[in-house]
Amino acid sequence: MKTIFERPKTLLEKPFTYCPGCHHGLAHRLLAEVIDELGIADHTIGVGPVGCSVYIYVFLDIDFVMGAHGRAPATATGLKRALPEQVVFSYQGDGDIAAIGTSEIIHSAARGELISAFFINNAIFGMTGGQMAPTTISGQVTTTSPRGRSTVDQGYPLKLCELLRGLEGSAYLARVLLTRPKYIREAKEVFRKAFLTQIEKKGFSLVEVLSPCPTNWKMTPAEAVAWVENTLAHSFPPGEIKGWEETGHAG
Amino acid sequence: MQKILMKGNDAVAEAAVQAGCNLYFGYPITPQTEISEYLSRRLPDTGGVFLQAESEIGAIYMVYGAAAAGKRVMTSSSGPGFSLKQEGISYLCSAELPCVLVNISRGGPGLGNIQPSQADYFQAVKGGGHGDYRVLVLAPCSVQELVDLTYLAFYLADKYRNPVEILGDGMLGQMMEPVVFRNPDYPDISKEEWVITGKKTRERRIILCFALDPKELEKLNLHLAEKYAEMERSEVLYEVYGSEQPELLLVGYGTVGRILKSVVREAEKQGIRLALVRPVTLYPFPKEILRGQARKAGKALVVEMNLGQMVEDVKLSVEGDVPVYFHGRSGGMIPTVEEIMHRVEEILLKGGEARENNL
Repeated sequence: MKTIFERPKTLLEKPFTYCPGCHHGLAHRLLAEVIDELGIADHTIGVGPVGCSVYIYVFLDIDFVMGAHGRAPATATGLKRALPEQVVFSYQGDGDIAAIGTSEIIHSAARGELISAFFINNAIFGMTGGQMAPTTISGQVTTTSPRGRSTVDQGYPLKLCELLRGLEGSAYLARVLLTRPKYIREAKEVFRKAFLTQIEKKGFSLVEVLSPCPTNWKMTPAEAVAWVENTLAHSFPPGEIKGWEETGHAG
Repeated sequence: MQKILMKGNDAVAEAAVQAGCNLYFGYPITPQTEISEYLSRRLPDTGGVFLQAESEIGAIYMVYGAAAAGKRVMTSSSGPGFSLKQEGISYLCSAELPCVLVNISRGGPGLGNIQPSQADYFQAVKGGGHGDYRVLVLAPCSVQELVDLTYLAFYLADKYRNPVEILGDGMLGQMMEPVVFRNPDYPDISKEEWVITGKKTRERRIILCFALDPKELEKLNLHLAEKYAEMERSEVLYEVYGSEQPELLLVGYGTVGRILKSVVREAEKQGIRLALVRPVTLYPFPKEILRGQARKAGKALVVEMNLGQMVEDVKLSVEGDVPVYFHGRSGGMIPTVEEIMHRVEEILLKGGEARENNL
């Protein structure tokens, strides 16, 4: 009998512990599929975040190093410099990568560090219960912006991909959605390109995933998916922010 | 063996290379920057990695990553920079990752200044970050000892899977002395059982620094406590110097330790019998020798380049058996032999009426 669909080998048979409607599970699965297809599971090392996906290591069958909030790119740098032939990636939320860890991600990109960062942007601090994040959009209500984020008092959302775009060390930057099968297929190709950018030693790569947080957005999963597509994606336009064409990558 | 005239900072860096340090991550700060400069020249020639980090925080987590990969790795800094590293040091202890940290300390608090100081004693020996942990702390008093303790630091870090801190000061880092590089060839400690490499053909591994289940976290902490107890049994180092029948025991470490040797000799000329205990490990602290020597002398004087930090551990060690006096200079001031002699005479002449401290 022909197998047409199966669990990727790198995705362990563990039920996801994320909230209903959260896209961490989708992003984990995509990582596992791409790691399997590239055949790199035996020499890939993940560096985890602090936040909801602190449990990522439970689900993926690869070596993992868990560390401090926001510092994954520095930890990944230490690993990559120690083990230059291994594939090293960080997996981080918006609070982790775009607030407390801003310095580490910017300088990793500036160095052209041969690591890949997977950035799950749900515009809110999920694990601590829905506080304002650096990526919270103007007017968005959170537990620490109860009247809606005011750009006068709380400034503007941080667009990490666009910020990193100007750095020569950034070789591949892209923003994706996982809200429809078509988008998921496109995102998988983006994940693959991020790893290839590292494997072919072209420079730093980052993929930003716009992801729903129904629990903290106080929406149903369906409403949250619609909000990602209609509202969040408007503030953070999907697509390749810096593609291989621009950085002279042969592809 | 050949003696070389060398600056303390350069000597630490060279000893690290000889001890097999594969990677170094640092950020410039006076008075220790020569360590970075030296390694930026030297490490690439040995196939090693030198990387200047964007911050002290970046540097300590690069150390974290490289240590997880099982490599010998070091960072160095001073005062304010060490404050920034404290978060990472707590994580390194929790994840049981070996590394060497060199603190060529300076005057504080705040930006303080760049003169020698021992104001970072509490931070180093009490665990400067959050949580219940310890770092092995070695306190050299000469360029030669900086070298010897650097070799030892890499060995102890691997042996205990724990950070080891070398606590020097700006005087030791900046001064030049003749030094011999005698690598003692400590045994290699295998890291095969835990190192992160990508899973290859084995089962995957995870380096963790948390346990949300309190039963699990307590288990980890008790495991760490066993390691600390073993350090206290096996790794205590100190030097005893001076009279066998002292009238007063002097206690000081590092730069102050060597000044106190001059005080012992000066006192001898004047017919005053002094002994010195110079702790070489600040954690684990040489409690037993201190208790014994203090009882023999009947009173003790602790001298530090701070406002009174190690003196608390000396008091705990002697358990109230004898009076413990203190003399300290701070802000980068270095105590002189004359002023310490004055204090010694005051204590010996006035006995119980002498002031407990010089402040």
